[in-house]
This record gives sequence, C-alpha cells and structure tokens, in this order.
Amino acid sequence: MIPKSGDRFSRTNGTVCPEIMLEQKDRAVENLRGFGMKKILTSLALLGLVAIGTGAAGTSAFAAEEAHNAAAPTHFPINEPKEMSWSFTGPFGTYDKAQLQRGLKVYKEVCSACHSMNLVAFRTLSDLGYSDAQIKTLSAEYTIHDGPNDAGDMFDRPGKPSDHFPAPFANEEAAAASNGGAAPPDMSLLAKARGVERGFPQFVFDIFTQYDAGGPDYIHSLLTGYDQTPPAGMVIPEGTHYNPYFISAVSLKMPKPLSDGQVTYDDGSPQTVDQYARDVAAFLTWAAEPHMEDRKKMGFRVLVFLLLFGALVYLTKRKVWEGVAH
Amino acid sequence: MSATDIHDPNRRDFLYVATGMAAVVGAGAVAWPFIDQMRPDASTLALASVEVDVSSLAPGSSLIVKWRGKPVVVRNRTEKEMKDGEAVNLSDLKDPIARNANLPSDAPATDANRTTPGKEAWMVMVQVCTHLGCIPLGQEGDFGGWFCPCHGSQYDTAGRIRKGPAPENMAIPVFKFVSDTKILIG
Amino acid sequence: MSEGHSTYTPKTGLGRWFDARMPLPRLVYDSFVAYPVPRNLNYAWTFGGILSIMLVAQMVTGIVLAMHYTSDANLAFGSVEKIMRDVNSGWLLRYMHANGASFFFIAVYIHIFRGLYYGSYKAPRELLWILGCIIYLLMMATGFMGYVLPWGQMSFWGATVITGFFTAIPLVGDWIQQLLLGGFAVDNPTLNRFFALHYLLPFMIAGVVVLHIWALHVVGQSNPTGIEVKSKTDTVAFTPYATIKDAFGMIVFLFFFAYFVFYLPNYLGHPDNYTVANPLKTPAHIVPEWYFLPFYAILRAITFNIGPINSKLGGVLCLFGAIIMLFLVPWLDTSKVRSAVYRPWYKLFFWLFVADAVLLGWLGSQPAEGSYVFMAQMATLFYFFFFLVALPVLGLIETPRRLPNSITEAVLEKNKGGSGHPAAAAAAPQTKG
Repeated sequence: MIPKSGDRFSRTNGTVCPEIMLEQKDRAVENLRGFGMKKILTSLALLGLVAIGTGAAGTSAFAAEEAHNAAAPTHFPINEPKEMSWSFTGPFGTYDKAQLQRGLKVYKEVCSACHSMNLVAFRTLSDLGYSDAQIKTLSAEYTIHDGPNDAGDMFDRPGKPSDHFPAPFANEEAAAASNGGAAPPDMSLLAKARGVERGFPQFVFDIFTQYDAGGPDYIHSLLTGYDQTPPAGMVIPEGTHYNPYFISAVSLKMPKPLSDGQVTYDDGSPQTVDQYARDVAAFLTWAAEPHMEDRKKMGFRVLVFLLLFGALVYLTKRKVWEGVAH
Repeated sequence: MSATDIHDPNRRDFLYVATGMAAVVGAGAVAWPFIDQMRPDASTLALASVEVDVSSLAPGSSLIVKWRGKPVVVRNRTEKEMKDGEAVNLSDLKDPIARNANLPSDAPATDANRTTPGKEAWMVMVQVCTHLGCIPLGQEGDFGGWFCPCHGSQYDTAGRIRKGPAPENMAIPVFKFVSDTKILIG
Repeated sequence: MSEGHSTYTPKTGLGRWFDARMPLPRLVYDSFVAYPVPRNLNYAWTFGGILSIMLVAQMVTGIVLAMHYTSDANLAFGSVEKIMRDVNSGWLLRYMHANGASFFFIAVYIHIFRGLYYGSYKAPRELLWILGCIIYLLMMATGFMGYVLPWGQMSFWGATVITGFFTAIPLVGDWIQQLLLGGFAVDNPTLNRFFALHYLLPFMIAGVVVLHIWALHVVGQSNPTGIEVKSKTDTVAFTPYATIKDAFGMIVFLFFFAYFVFYLPNYLGHPDNYTVANPLKTPAHIVPEWYFLPFYAILRAITFNIGPINSKLGGVLCLFGAIIMLFLVPWLDTSKVRSAVYRPWYKLFFWLFVADAVLLGWLGSQPAEGSYVFMAQMATLFYFFFFLVALPVLGLIETPRRLPNSITEAVLEKNKGGSGHPAAAAAAPQTKG
C-alpha cells in the first residue's frame, strides 16, 4: 500500500516535470527536489528486499515444517485451487448463458437437495436467457410455504417469479440434524464467501491481472477433488471425506456429490464431473454477483472517461502553471 | 510547449471550455446513480401484480387486497347499486372522465366504463381518496357509495366523486378476469 | 499568512449587500481563491484535497445506503444483499462505499507519511498535526463500526475482538465492554448503536476537518523545503494554481479508486464477510480490515508478561501507544530543520519506518505463529524505536545539508540545473492576490 503510493508519486511527479531526469548530477539540485527519483527507487528497492527477505524466510520455515507433517498438515487447503479459464474474468468478462443454464440444472438436480439459495429470486433467472413464460413455468415447479390466509392457516402454493428459491430444510437446525451435524451452507453467496488466500507476492500480481475467480476456482477444485488417496498415516475423522482442496480441514462432511453422467445436458456438453463442476461454479458466481457484467461494462466507460478528463485537466494545469517556476 | 502558445488565447480558451464541459458531464454521470437508487427496486416491481380469488363474494359484499402498498377494493355490487350507478346523468358528475386504466384516458365516466364488459356488477378500484390519500369508508354517505372521513368527500356506487373536496373519481387499476372467480390486478 | 488583509472586493451591488451582512463570499474568496500557497508544493500536497472529496463521497454514498439498510441482527445481512441485488445502482453505491473506506485510508496514510517526511508537524503546526491525528482516530472508529454493519462473520468477530480490548483494563474492563456492547456479547443492541454512531461520526470528522483547515490557514502550508514563506514571490494564489493541480491529483486518485470499484470490488475485503454472522462459530483466523493490520500485528506481538502487566493488557497498551506516538511527534522531533530533504539520516530512518509499517501490515494478515511472532516483535520494537529514539536523537546529532535561503531561491536553483523556464521564474510569481 505505502510503497505503491510512493511509486505513484514518483510517476506523477515525473510526468509533471519531464524535463527533470536522472542524468542530473548536481547534488544541490537533487537535494532540493522533494521527491528525488533515485531516492525513491533506492528506498523502494530496500523495502522490497526487506519484504521479500522476510516473506522467503517465513515461507521456507513453514515449508520445512510441513514436509515433516504430510500426514498431519496444519495449513489448509492442502492443495491450492487450480486456476481455470472462465468467460467472466477480465475487464470485458461476460457470463456464458448456456453454461449458467447448465449450472442451474446441476444445482436443481443435485445441490438443491441439501443447499438452500435463499437470496436468489426466480425473476432474476432472466439473466440466464430465460423468457418470462419459462420463468413462470420454472417457478411453478416449486412449492412455496405461504400464509397465513384469511382463516389464519399457513398453506402451500406454487411458486411465482417474485419468490426466492425455497430452502430444502425448514431451518438451520433441521439442516444440521439431517446432515451429520453440519448444516450445508447457503449457496447464494458461496462464490464470494470462499477464496483461498493467495499469499505474497501473488496478491500483488492479482491487482494487475484482475484475478476475481477465487470462488469459482475453489468450488471447481473442491468438486473435482474427491476420490484421492490420503497420505499414509493421515487420520480421516469418521463420517467425513478426504479432499485436499477443502479450505479448512483434511476432510469434509459432504460426500462426493457429482458423478459422470448424473445430470443430462440437452446441448451436447460433456456429461462429466469436471464439466458439471465448471458449470455449477459459473452459475454460483452469477448467483453471488448478478450485476458483474454491468459493473465491468460501466467500469470500462468510467476509466476511459477519467483518462480523457485527466488528460484535459493535465493540459489545463500545464497552461495555468506555464511561466511559473515551481 | 512553445512560447507562442502563451500568446494564443483561442487555444487556451478552447482547452478551458473543453475541460469545464468534461467536468460537467462527469458530475452529471456521477449524480445519476444517487437519483436512480430512489426509484422502486427490482423486488418491489416484481410484486406489481396480485391474483385475487373472488369465488366467495356474494352480491353486496366486498374484499380488500393490498396492491402496490395500497388497498384495492373488489366489490360485487347489488342490483340496486348498479341501477343507481347507471341512472346518474354524466352532466351531474364533478369529474366526467372514467379514470379507468383499462380504457383510453378520455373515456367518459359512465357506469359501464367504471367496470369491465360482461362483469358490470364488479367494481375493482383503488380505494384511496383522490383528495389527499385517505381511505374512504364503503357504503356510506349520501350516494350509497364511499365516504371519506378525513375531509368529507362523497363517492357514488361506481366510485365517482359527487361532493366534497376530492377532484377526481377513484382510480380503476389495470385488471382482468382470468377466470370467472379469479381477478389479476396489475 | 492569513493575517494579511482581505483583498476581496465585491463587484456587484448584491455582492456588497451580502458582504455587509454576512461575508461568506469573502470567506470563500480569502480561503480558496486568494489564499497564498508555496509555489513549490509537489503532488504529495494534493492529498488534502483528495481526502476532502473522499470524505464527501463516503458521506453521500453512506446516506444513500442508509436509505436501504436495516440495522437489525436478523435483517442486516439480507438488507445489504438486497442493496447488491435489487436496489437500482445499489451494487455500485455499496462497492463505492466499501472501497471508498479503503481508499480514504490509503489517502490518509500518504498524507500522514508526507507530513512525517517533510516535518509538517513542527512548530507552528503542532495543533494542525494533532487535529489531523484526531481525524485519523475518528476515521478508525468509523471504519471499524462500518465494517460491523453488513453483519458477516468478519463483522461479528472483528467487533468481538476489538471490544475485547477493553476487557484488558484491570477491574472495570468487563463493565466497560458490556457498556459498549449493550449485552454480554456482540448482538442486536451492539449493531444498532454502531449504526447510529457510524452515521454520526463522519459529521464529527467533518467538524474537525473544518478546524484542521482553519488551523492550516492560520499557519500556512509547509512545503518540500521546509523553509517558511518569506516574501510574496514564494507563493502563488490558491486558485487557479493549487486548485488545478489538486484537481489533477484527484482524477489520478479516482482512476485507481474506480479500477478497484469496478474490477476488484472485493479484493480489499474478506470472503468470510459474505457469510452471515454466526455467534457460535469463529472463522479460521480473524483479520481486521487491511488499514488496521499494522496495529493488529503490534497487539499480537506482545506474547509475554511485563512485570505486573499481563500480555493481554501489554498488547492493548502497545496498540494504543503506537497511536499515541503520532500525537507526540511534534515534541519528539528535536531537529531544527523540517524537511527530510536536508536530513540524510532522518531520510534513511523514515524509509525504514515506512518499510517497517508495511512489514507490520503484512504480518498482521498472517497467522500469529512460528517465525511471524518473532518478526512482529522486532518490527514493533523498531516502530517504537523510530519515535522514541530516532526522532529525538537524530535531531541532536545529525548535520543537515545546506538549506537555501528561501523557497524562491530553491525553485530557481532547481530550474537552473534543469531545463525549466528561467526567464519566467523570477518574474512571474504570485500573479493574483
């Protein structure tokens, strides 16, 4: 944070006075300049050395520790999530509607047996390319517990587009009781609520690559990470399933949810666990961030405007200051 | 930059004007989301229609449903009420316009235009006084229709203003009979 | 500087009528148009203006968000998600507000470090500096309480940990914590009072900002040379010179801000805050918002008892001590020279301190275990060493470089070496006012 800003200073300062360059040898002159380019560079280098040094020392120390303990790891996940390519990443990313529709199918036929999606309303499925009539039919497939009616009774009725996805369990306690004591998390925000820490220096590069797929990468890796043999000697608690991609332990309560051919796709996409996992991860990304396309589109316009406006203000600034040494 | 720029006022003025215009455009674009957020949100708009089951309504009885946060009365009128409504001369009306969202905005306020064809017994109306938004009481007042207790406006059996400070007939929302016993409002 | 007489002369009859009754236009003119600023201010001095617009942006987006937010423990999380999903432009306003807090702190840290580098806190600007420190404290309180409002896991556990500081106080600690929470744990009463205070504090910040600017206009800006303004040739009029330069600085800053709002809106947040608060389950490791991380590292570095002070109280004392250091800076620095430009040793220690603060921030984000604890202890030691030893001692033993006689001389010397505008340099200072 601080070194970056310092860096920015030096750049803006450099553009303001392009005449002043490093070949300046006069020490007195250099001293007078508030932000000596050279000074900043040396300081930044120093700073970087300190940071890298400590980082390296830290990670190597932990690497050594972990090598001794492959059977009893202390840091999770054991494996970093695999970085996949997604249609929605990057500055011009958009959702692949066909993929979202497939993901919805996987959610409906598999995940929704245990996982709620309380924040998502049927009406928003128009983002996936469904017509109003299709959404009406789709929502009517669900039964919504509503009421009270005039007689004061609760009643069941078919869903309407304005309803949200109904939860599979009446409450969290019921969900936990039916699932071995761990309530399956709500899926509305899962793609934003999960993300494996990227570590130094990766988190710096992520700013420039706009890495925003931590959630879907994690979900995809977790769903495809079952069926692996744990290292010799590792203790897997009773009733849990080993998965080296799980974020907080060696194993989790959820058994392997997907298998090849389980969900039938109408569009000829491969019916494999890997494809199911990609599709449902993309769908959950949409569920967590439905306005992402708008956001990125607007962002591009805003940045272009700021660039042009900034150039105009900069030229104006030069005009105003011309003739005034500073 | 060369020395000649300093003495070229046109170029400088152009730059200043362009910068100022860009600033105005930017300020306008920033202001919009702050106004936009005040508009009804997506979940509110999604509730813009309600379906009402009217199978239990005998002539002379009514029910009230909430639509867009306002009470909408559905009344199965008696023969007498319908006759009273039809007997009114249009020239006696304070507001001669039907105020029926299902009809053109200049339709006259006949009793038929206040209802829907084939279902003339049924009044479906936003039961909000057109004066200042109070809820009038049903089947009261001099005309056997509605009476607003706030400022004394009186409506007839077709919900038309007859007396008092209210300027317009009560509004008829967009609605249709989806079956003989079901009305979709909105 | 401002003791100079006002040069405002109303041109219209209405202007004179107004001026005789309430001279607000005169105040604005004297403060933001004719007000003289040193001609040699660099872009580090644009951050005052940047902070002003960030404060306004936070208040405006915040007021608008409050129109949709519900401060009830059962509804808060859902109301934020409703803003994100259903409210028109709601996602934009919320991301602006959340990232705005981070960028407010980025700007304030640059502003503070600029003050430290150029010795802007030295007499006669001590009060100006202390008012700034108060603003920073209020910002921290506001930021912390704002982070609680979405009622996610980090909101809840962050509030639990930070209010837990007060239990370290002997005898009355638990009583104070319960007073703050309105219960025995973070719950609905806590959320409601935090919302009320989160709405109130920005207005208090705005009030202290007015005092900060008032104090600034009494003593005048410092500048990169640290030499006081001596004559009219040392200054230029605030408008248009500083205004346009500030405007450019703001746009560059807003560019970075927009980049995060639109492309990396959750980069500076924590994923756990998208899980609704659960009082029965602590996240794997709790981290505060990034802008508190250095202090968090200091808090956790104290793992040992110091005489009668146990490690918990020791950590809390060090944390508050680290902030109190800032208040004491004007008196800890014994140097006669202001700017680090002429203080080679101070300059070195300044950059070491910056590196130390960054290192502490990084350590604060790591789990408190293994070698991290030792590194945090060393970094904490250096933090206090900088304030309590380096600042006072360097001022006494360091030999500063030769200072120019005036700002004008410094500017001329600089431009002589470069390819500036030698002809215009001496002739065209202060063109207005």
